[in-house]
Amino acid sequence: MNESAKRETEIARLRSLSKALEARHQLSRTVRDFFRQHSYLEVNTPVQIKAPALEEHIDCSAAAHGYWLRPSPELHMKRLLAALNRPIFQLGPCFRAEERGSLHLPEFHMLEWYRPEADCMDILEETKFLIRTCDQALEGFTEDKAFNRKIDFSGEWMVVNLDTAFAEYTEMDMDSAMEQNLFEQVLVERILPQAEKNRPLVLCGFPLTLDSLARKNPDSGRAERWELYVNGMELANAYTELTDYHEQKHRFQQTAEIRRRQGREVYPVDVHYLETLRCGLPECGGIALGFDRLLMALLGCDNIEQITPFPPEKETVEFI
Amino acid sequence: MYEASDLRKGLKIEIDGEPYIVTNFEFCKPGKGQALYRCKLKHMLNGSTLDRTFRSADKIDKPNLETREAFYSHSEGDVHIFMDGETYEQYAIPDEILGTGSRFLKPDIECEILFYKERPVEVTLPFFIEARIIETEPGARGDTATNVTKTAKLDNGHEVQVPLFINEGDLVKVDTRTGGYSERVSKA
Repeated sequence: MNESAKRETEIARLRSLSKALEARHQLSRTVRDFFRQHSYLEVNTPVQIKAPALEEHIDCSAAAHGYWLRPSPELHMKRLLAALNRPIFQLGPCFRAEERGSLHLPEFHMLEWYRPEADCMDILEETKFLIRTCDQALEGFTEDKAFNRKIDFSGEWMVVNLDTAFAEYTEMDMDSAMEQNLFEQVLVERILPQAEKNRPLVLCGFPLTLDSLARKNPDSGRAERWELYVNGMELANAYTELTDYHEQKHRFQQTAEIRRRQGREVYPVDVHYLETLRCGLPECGGIALGFDRLLMALLGCDNIEQITPFPPEKETVEFI
Repeated sequence: MYEASDLRKGLKIEIDGEPYIVTNFEFCKPGKGQALYRCKLKHMLNGSTLDRTFRSADKIDKPNLETREAFYSHSEGDVHIFMDGETYEQYAIPDEILGTGSRFLKPDIECEILFYKERPVEVTLPFFIEARIIETEPGARGDTATNVTKTAKLDNGHEVQVPLFINEGDLVKVDTRTGGYSERVSKA
């Protein structure tokens, strides 16, 4: 293809996304209005960071000079929250190495918010309110043929406990699935397909070891954490934040050890974050919601490229 | 060995000593857990399909594939005869291995044939072949605002969509991967 044909192809592709871009613009306005009305402070924390939170299954992309591109703004946001003791939110880019598929881009936008004196179930109510508000704000896009706004966010959301789901839909319990390294596969292939189509599904009672930063429920021994799914697509992950300094340090150490054994990069620990916990992080709840996926869910897109002007594979370059 | 992160559509792998090609590929990573690579696989010899989910730590065998350059000679019914450019050995390739590619075969074009344990599994044609237009409506006709292409018949008997300025007798380049018109080589 010659240069002008390439440019024409790009223009045609970008113009085909114009409705999706308008919807994205409308969505970010709605999100910001929502949080402003609920007395949240919008914050921006560094994108290049020195100490990404240690998580067993999250790998970061390296930036220059010993920095990493943030996989999430979580630690900085909680450091801010501890100092300000007020609700904060952030909408901005996050990065995950080697994650690419119809629902994944290595660079994406995350909407995160944290609220003092809240637990993950308070956050769930707020999330329902937010997403329903966003859904109404995008009502005008229902008429557009390019989209298939089919998910019913206004009705009741299904809330399912994972231990119960394992018992009901599989022959193994969640702990043995974890031991046999089958948890994710069973979740995707056996449990998620059971969910009602076009209806939001909230999974709760996750195994504690999958996450380094959620509080342990003293009764169940599971994480105080839930995730939101629609038609098999994960939209959000929320928890009651772990605020105990000693337990947090111990969990980071455990995760570091696991990553070291697996021969994976072991990121340094954010000492400011641990110090924040030692001096006292208020009890709080927080959530990370995939902004691009929220847009996909609201518009009824099933491939992230339908809303992405510049997917990484299209960025061909040459030296001059 | 391949890593699970190498998986993508079109990758050729080996499972239990059998060669497969990835025909569909879905990446997922639920619940802050490990990455899953959910693949649909097609057996490269018998065409049977298989669903297989790989996890991030999985290692996957590489099939021992050998590429040979060969020139297309002629066809005998549903079998296409190629001649090895180095050894002059003849290979008889069944039509189903070429798939839609068979319509672009022309004597003496050089192809790459992929062998798995001495059995041909894939033929790659040159990305572009030249063909002459033997039949198409003259010039631009009708509603040019919406009709930007027209149908044209090639000298190999197949039809492609071409721009309105293409005429009978023109020599054009056709992309064998998509089967579509690429550009005009020369005017009639």
